Amino acid sequence: MKKTFILALLFLFTGMANAQDYFPKNDGVKEENNNNVALTNATLYVTPSQVIKNGTLLIQNGKVVASGSNVNIPKNSITIDLQGKYVYPSFIDSYSGFGIEKPKRQGGGRSPQYDATREGFYWNDHIMPENKGIDKFKYESKDAEELRKLGFGIVNTHLMDGIARGTGVLVALNDESGDATRILNDQSGQFFSFSKSVSSNQSYPGSLMGSMALLRQVYSDMDWYAKGNSKTKDRSLEAMIENKNLISFFEAGDKGNNVRANKIGDQFNINYVIVGGGDEYESIESIKKTNAKYVIPINFPSAYDVSDPYYAKYISLEDMREWNQAPQNLKVLSENGITFALTTYELDKVSEFSKNLQKAIEYGFNKTKALEALTTVPASLLGQSSTLGTLESGKWANFLITSGDIFDKETTLYENWVQGKKHVINDKDTKDIRGVYSLSAGGKNYEMTLSGDISKPKIEVKQDTLKRTSKISYENNWVTFSFEDDNEELHRATALITNSGTGFSGRLVLPNGAETSFTAVRTGDAKADDKDDKKEDGKTPELVPLTYPNVGYGFTTKPRSQNMLFKNATVWTSEAAGVLENTDVLVKNGKIEKIGKNLSGAGVVVIDATGKHLTAGIIDEHSHIAALSINEGGQNSSAEVKIEDVINPEDINIYRNLAGGVTSVQILHGSANPIGGRSAIIKLKWGEDADGLIYKNSPKFIKFALGENVKQSNWQSYGRFPQTRMGVEQLYVNYFNRAKEYDASKKSGKPYRYDEEMEVLAEILNGERFISCHSYVQSEINMLMKVAEKFGFKVNTFTHILEGYKVADKMAAHGVGGSTFSDWWAYKYEVNDAIPYNAAIMTNAGVTTAINSDDDEMSRRLNQEAAKTIKYGGMTEEEAWNMVTINPAKLLHLDNRTGSIKEGKDADLVLWTDHPLSVYAKAEKTIIEGAVYFDLDADKAKREAIKAERNKLIKMMLSEKDGNGGKKRPPMKKDKIDFECETIN
Amino acid sequence: MQILKNIFLATIISIGLQTWAQQTPAPAQSETIIVSGATIHIGNGTIINNGYIIFENGKITEVGQGTTRKQGRMIEASGKHIYPGIIAPVSSLGLVEIDAVRATNDDDEIGDFIPNIRSLIAYNAESKVVESMRPNGVLLAQITPQGGGISGTSSVVQLDAWNWEDAAVKVDDGIHVHWPNTFRRGRWWIGEERGWKPNKDYEKDTDAFKMYVANAKAYGGVKSSSKNEGFEAMQGLFNGSKKLYLYAQGEKEIIDGVMACKNAGINEVVLVGGYEAYKIIPFLKQNNVSVIVDRVHSTPDADDDDYDHPYKLPKLLNDGGVTVSLNSRGGMERMNTRNLPFYAGQVVGQGMEKEEALKLITSNTAKILGIDKDYGTLEVGKSATLFVSEGDALDMRTNIVSHAFIDGREVSLETHQTELWKRYSEKYEQK
Repeated sequence: MKKTFILALLFLFTGMANAQDYFPKNDGVKEENNNNVALTNATLYVTPSQVIKNGTLLIQNGKVVASGSNVNIPKNSITIDLQGKYVYPSFIDSYSGFGIEKPKRQGGGRSPQYDATREGFYWNDHIMPENKGIDKFKYESKDAEELRKLGFGIVNTHLMDGIARGTGVLVALNDESGDATRILNDQSGQFFSFSKSVSSNQSYPGSLMGSMALLRQVYSDMDWYAKGNSKTKDRSLEAMIENKNLISFFEAGDKGNNVRANKIGDQFNINYVIVGGGDEYESIESIKKTNAKYVIPINFPSAYDVSDPYYAKYISLEDMREWNQAPQNLKVLSENGITFALTTYELDKVSEFSKNLQKAIEYGFNKTKALEALTTVPASLLGQSSTLGTLESGKWANFLITSGDIFDKETTLYENWVQGKKHVINDKDTKDIRGVYSLSAGGKNYEMTLSGDISKPKIEVKQDTLKRTSKISYENNWVTFSFEDDNEELHRATALITNSGTGFSGRLVLPNGAETSFTAVRTGDAKADDKDDKKEDGKTPELVPLTYPNVGYGFTTKPRSQNMLFKNATVWTSEAAGVLENTDVLVKNGKIEKIGKNLSGAGVVVIDATGKHLTAGIIDEHSHIAALSINEGGQNSSAEVKIEDVINPEDINIYRNLAGGVTSVQILHGSANPIGGRSAIIKLKWGEDADGLIYKNSPKFIKFALGENVKQSNWQSYGRFPQTRMGVEQLYVNYFNRAKEYDASKKSGKPYRYDEEMEVLAEILNGERFISCHSYVQSEINMLMKVAEKFGFKVNTFTHILEGYKVADKMAAHGVGGSTFSDWWAYKYEVNDAIPYNAAIMTNAGVTTAINSDDDEMSRRLNQEAAKTIKYGGMTEEEAWNMVTINPAKLLHLDNRTGSIKEGKDADLVLWTDHPLSVYAKAEKTIIEGAVYFDLDADKAKREAIKAERNKLIKMMLSEKDGNGGKKRPPMKKDKIDFECETIN
Repeated sequence: MQILKNIFLATIISIGLQTWAQQTPAPAQSETIIVSGATIHIGNGTIINNGYIIFENGKITEVGQGTTRKQGRMIEASGKHIYPGIIAPVSSLGLVEIDAVRATNDDDEIGDFIPNIRSLIAYNAESKVVESMRPNGVLLAQITPQGGGISGTSSVVQLDAWNWEDAAVKVDDGIHVHWPNTFRRGRWWIGEERGWKPNKDYEKDTDAFKMYVANAKAYGGVKSSSKNEGFEAMQGLFNGSKKLYLYAQGEKEIIDGVMACKNAGINEVVLVGGYEAYKIIPFLKQNNVSVIVDRVHSTPDADDDDYDHPYKLPKLLNDGGVTVSLNSRGGMERMNTRNLPFYAGQVVGQGMEKEEALKLITSNTAKILGIDKDYGTLEVGKSATLFVSEGDALDMRTNIVSHAFIDGREVSLETHQTELWKRYSEKYEQK
């Protein structure tokens, strides 16, 4: 009976609400309700920082009329007394997929799809700015209810798919009204990410750097299109132009990608609101530098199940630390003055939101900031500060009624009002029956304790201190409970609570079915749960310190350049001076100051190098370490991508390379395409961020590739041009002709379509960018030199160049260098004639020759690989040593800065325990610009520290209970990819 | 006529050495050979300075210090070094010629338990990769099928032969078992999540192996009328004529694997890999398990591991009293096998004595493979399988081999690669 009535009422309300005033009405007469609702005597948060005790909130027609302590309540008002209760502006989730279903992933065919599937749109399927969230939006009451339970009143939703995703919708979670009311803005912003659409299999972009390049091109094209330069119609670009003034949200997803997104924004004057990853605390300085506003998820990692030591060993220190450190993210962001909103995005279960937020507060996140991050900040990010976020007059009446401080674990959320419509979460008139009672029932006495949540109390019944089985439910102020007596006989009881504080009495059904009554007299307060012990001691949980980078072997403080003097070393100069015995080298301000005998210096660190060898740091011309992606294999030319965009400064291979005496590397694009991507040349400054690794005024390089890889010979791919070496040549000819024409039209001053790929190729033609070309057989090596000569430039370096020895004379004549492996061969058909004598023959023919690695294992022993040229081909020791120092420096145009021990050059040095070409030698110290980045003794100390910290974190995880921070997850190890040329990712 | 024939042959051989005779295996030793004046590295930890070594009919007849009056072909090797031929265990040499050309791949047959698969018959004695071993001193190898649970049966060969029958040194010497991992990489290509996770099938997989072994043993107990080639191949494990090579890295996997073998009555167990074997040295010794450590020139498995863990693992085990040998398993393992001496050199860099490190690629390997009666050290009565190096053979800058002998036969040091070297060096000299 009662149920039917409520249902009827609900229909009535919805019916009324949905009717817009100019719509005809046939099921009754039109009526209006312009009454006010006054909520009085509340602790009223008008704004996160303006709190009014005994405040009044007056609302009418879904909006706030007035709020404060002296509010005049008009006569036509319904007054609700909120004595002892709190009122907050309701929360806003500015990043959500609410009500917009994600498309299903398309099953891929066996061969890659290179072209777009759409016509009349941008050439890339993953660019869909024309998508309108509102077209796909369908209000989901169930999801809305879940969000309201957490305190949210507004969500900003969009189609979460693709790189450019189109516009979003700002929705009030108002079940009582229709879309005509609750949709506040159907152009609430536009959305971007680095992730491809799941609805298309178009292969490009196939990497993070490809996504970045694509976005840059879209923005350039948008400008070009807007100026009316296109002869054809492009609905995607038109949408971009139309949306130009909307707020742009960028889902970046982690600390590195935050910076990447921001860089694109900076280039095109767009202030992205960046959706971060929760790991910003790890590199807060670079986050600060972005000057961007953020939306931050709070999906803190749960603890690992480390009970089995055999499994626990697989978990890296980095991942263990993340569990320990991540809850401080919001605190760190807020203390560094970064503006951010919070989101439920990325949570495994949306319901974990409150618990995780409480955790962040426990870790020191300020409550006022928390409230701002859920109200005023998102309102401002969305450009809705005048309508949302606070309870000031004129704004939407979106508010919460709670039993107390909203961020307290014990607090109950009673009601969530959206646009003036009440949504009950918990009955706010529920009487608090928590306490200890003396229960008399059926002639026996019991001690009954009711504790926990006000609306869902827990029960414990004891008889003579012995616990008895008992159960309770509590609804609409009716309490119903049952318990067993000493004979395990069930008693059932129910009572209406009319007041709280003294006790209650009601109906009791005895085990034999006879009905009688019971009384429960309140004797005191129930004790809080033991699980709150941690909080009571007032201490924030223990955090292990961050390191640079924040992984195993990171530094507690970043290495600094120091002035030092190496005494009595055997100095391998890699210069005409050769090897100098018993020689001193003075390092000052990061440079090599002086080389000589009996040097001294005031205030310098003196290092006794007697019996040791000092060399220039090793340079690896061909490396793929420290990058998040290597190949953009989505197209046969990818000159528009940059490895500099995807530097990973946390790759342990940086540290391991330092341990092998390497100080500089060129991170090359892979060999998937005839025209690859641009290189990054870095110094291995372990602990610096991505930008800190890249050479200042770095020489410009690009990777080209020839042969089996670009022909895609070794896997099932028959559809992409070129499939033969003949095609490779014509691809180059075609691209260079186009680049030449592009450059000419650019220089002519006429309007032209900016094309990043053509820009890069034009740089090659103009001698501003150098090619390092992956190459194997003599025919193709010769071909590229001829193509270059035809277009009037020189190939800078052939890398791999395993048949270089067959055309070494031609190479010398062309003036190209060779960077080769010492002894690799036979791994594919085109290296059947690869010989370890290659480096020696090329050197003898006058080709500048380096030994490279293309491998994260070999790169840490390049000294040994250089030594193999003595065995194979009879190089002198000095010639051999030059192949990993000054020769690669020359090939990289860095020989004026590094690569040898020469006064004035960067102090990039290695102190070896033994002859540096010997298999027995170890790098004892590796120094970059006068700062010690690797030291054998320090390494030993780090090993011990890692063991100790792992042990500590494992113990902390073991003591963490299930349920506190979620269920423990099974141990895991990340799948790290060891990149080489052929890695497609 | 006979003379003419000899001249003809000699001409062919001498020309051949220049052009294509790297494929021509050397004839049997016909004269006494004396190498003198060299530092002789016996391979058992001892060294003879200014020593000589004499061999006849393929066997070492004398090793000593100073000079000898013995007559024969004299090889003056003052300042040079003599070493036992290096032995490559668990190798796929000769089973694959060019990795990326599938038609040349004969190393990995399909099937989980296929002990009857025999590597020897697929061994390509004329492989260009095989011949490239000799100029670095690698003269013997255990040719081993790859992959699967039980991959098959290996054989030991010498690396200068006309065909596999010629090459065979010890036929069907061992069976190779890849123990399941407790932790497994998500097979993302079939839709599993990326990353490594506990392997839920570990018990099932190990049980399948145990059942297979139990069945093989039961099969051997009676004379069955119907043949099972797999079970048949396993019999050698129970009577001790074959060894079981157990491939496992983790502590738990090693213990489980060794115990499973012992419980099944397989006593001759050799561990291959053993990344964590150093943690359970007493267990290994108690069960008489030797270890063939995976390629020393590898990166550590985990980010937090010592950067030099793979470098020093052989030393950790050797110091603990385990018999250790080195292999070159991993990417490009066949062509990298010629770097075995340098893997031993790398261990010296971690503090092991040079002569001790030499054992890791000579006498220890011979012991493990069960060919130590003839190979692995330069002792009287053993095969004259050795090489002469200009300098320290464990260091790449001094490993310059001038002579190499297998069973007293002086083998060619020419290869496809040296031929190309000479051909193109001459090309540029012509100008």
